[in-house]
Amino acid sequence: MKTVYVDNNATTRVAPEVFEAMTPFLTELYGNPSSMYSFAGQVGRHLSDARQHVADLLNAAPEEIIFTSCGTESDSTAIRAAIESQPDKRHIMTSRVEHPAVKNLFEHLARQGWQVSYVPVDAKGRLDMDYFHDHLREDTALVSLMWANNETGVLFPVEEIAAELNARGVLFHTDAIQAVGKIPMDMQKVGVDMLALSGHKLHAPKGIGALYVRKGTKFAPFIIGGHQEHGRRGGTENVASIVGLGRACQLAGENLAEENQRVKALRDKLEQGLLEQVPLAAVNGDASRRLPNTTSIGFEYVEGEAILLMMDQYGICASSGSACTSGSLEPSHVLRAMGVPFTSAHGSIRFSLSIYNSEEEMDHIITHLPPIIARLREMSPYYQEARKSGAA
Amino acid sequence: MWDYTDKVKEHFLKPRNVGVIDDADGIGEVGSLACGDALTLYFKLDDQQRISEVKFQTFGCASAIASSSALTEMIKGKTLDEAKKITNDEIAEFLGGLPKEKMHCSVMGQEALEKAIAHCEGRPVHKEEGNVVCECFGVTDRQIEHVVRESRLKTIEDVTDYVKAGGGCGQCHDAIQEIIDQVLGKKPTPPKKEKQLTNIEKIQLIQETIEREIRPNLKKDGGNIELVDVDGSLVTVRLKGSCAGCQLSQVTLKDYVEKKLRELVTAELVVEEVAQ
Repeated sequence: MKTVYVDNNATTRVAPEVFEAMTPFLTELYGNPSSMYSFAGQVGRHLSDARQHVADLLNAAPEEIIFTSCGTESDSTAIRAAIESQPDKRHIMTSRVEHPAVKNLFEHLARQGWQVSYVPVDAKGRLDMDYFHDHLREDTALVSLMWANNETGVLFPVEEIAAELNARGVLFHTDAIQAVGKIPMDMQKVGVDMLALSGHKLHAPKGIGALYVRKGTKFAPFIIGGHQEHGRRGGTENVASIVGLGRACQLAGENLAEENQRVKALRDKLEQGLLEQVPLAAVNGDASRRLPNTTSIGFEYVEGEAILLMMDQYGICASSGSACTSGSLEPSHVLRAMGVPFTSAHGSIRFSLSIYNSEEEMDHIITHLPPIIARLREMSPYYQEARKSGAA
Repeated sequence: MWDYTDKVKEHFLKPRNVGVIDDADGIGEVGSLACGDALTLYFKLDDQQRISEVKFQTFGCASAIASSSALTEMIKGKTLDEAKKITNDEIAEFLGGLPKEKMHCSVMGQEALEKAIAHCEGRPVHKEEGNVVCECFGVTDRQIEHVVRESRLKTIEDVTDYVKAGGGCGQCHDAIQEIIDQVLGKKPTPPKKEKQLTNIEKIQLIQETIEREIRPNLKKDGGNIELVDVDGSLVTVRLKGSCAGCQLSQVTLKDYVEKKLRELVTAELVVEEVAQ
């Protein structure tokens, strides 16, 4: 059975070009870039090239890029550096819909005595800008807001937020892990101080990430050790993966137009196809301002895990905001923060596409998913009730 | 991905007895939309008072649907007294086991059965009594007590896996622990009696607590602490070593030193730091 992979916000396949670029560093070119001989020295040049490619994708300078082991490490490094470099401040701010990489760290810091403001979102997942303005303080050390939401794809107005924070002299970190490579970014135009990205969300392997730190930003390393990354992140470089990330960023730059045209058109086709065929279904989040590859659709009166496992029978790989898939008992904090009603939060499915998806694959989903929803609804006591009462 | 047995997958993909019985003798409804799963069970009795027809409707995950389907197969042909004996563990066993976190699906089946039988016999369900312990999922002390006893549960986590209680905000964890302790025959620890300390006793106890409890812990991180003065309930200390000037020193002072002293000496103490 063919696999129809539409879970690219979870992880992506490694691009063949990326794999090819990496292999020499897993075979013959195994030198440690810190060593003195030329056998190892040539490796260092490849690291510089990779750093340049990552910087280019963000329109940043190579010395502003620090390689890390993953997106979570990038987020942790940025947030901890910001508070460590401003010991006199007590307040930090984030949103209620962040990824656990940020959310759980903020909750941890709150337990340690930091005062935390969580900016709410509206029913469309849009940031409450009034709350954001009103809760900034003299002693705000850091604001951390995601660029794009991993579940809904909704984009936060990062440029506007950055402008205000720059004016007030408050550090701004953005978790851009879902956004990098999917939408254009320009660090010369958008005044973020730190930005986290992850390799495996843009067709590089797992286990590599990067942190952009604007020149002049006060910084303290999270992993302290050797002189690597100019003393900003100790540990021998993950050479093959860094080279892979560099290549992936190069490709992402080249594919941006395709992502925002062909991939977006596929996403729209899938979304419209499903909404036309399935009654009582709706898109979660602001459809007019979101990533080109993501759609989150709530199917009322059915449960997400059951949908996923039935789709699995047709080789379709997606994910769900339901409680049952994660082992937790409550539906996703993102959908709850948006006030998505329980009737559809439990049955919300996220489809996230990539340039490797095709039109046939969308047809495959549009063919097989509606009968699955219908079947589960036949089984659902709530759907029967709703139908009797005339709501369905 | 959940590690479901082939039998769970089979009952999920081809559930038996889905539907409604309009003139059912017994109907049992459990769960809610907010909780993420719900089951309505219907059955009819034949002339010999045996369950002859069973149907169900389930909103929920794969294991909820499979558990419901399994239940209908298990009770077909049984008398009410025989059906009453079915436990949630037997439903799970019928399916070749369920992941620990999904045991609540089998409990839901057992509860629906109990309700349907009670409905058929025209009596109220005793589980409705009791007080709600877990507000998030509306679980009562009786339900928790029952499942702890039936399935010999030992931890709060077990209780959450079986009946969801404690899986939301977590505010009921102490209450759940108390129920577990009660069922397992453990006596709850009696609350410590506050006795009035003399000034000398208080200062000695503070000094002792700092030396025995607090200093060794701060030293682990290269810090140190010195008792400067005790004036009524105000304790003045000096943080030294790496604690001095540490950005988290206020946190250390309030969240650790003050908390420890309040816990081990007396609750009204306030700890403050003198400048270097």
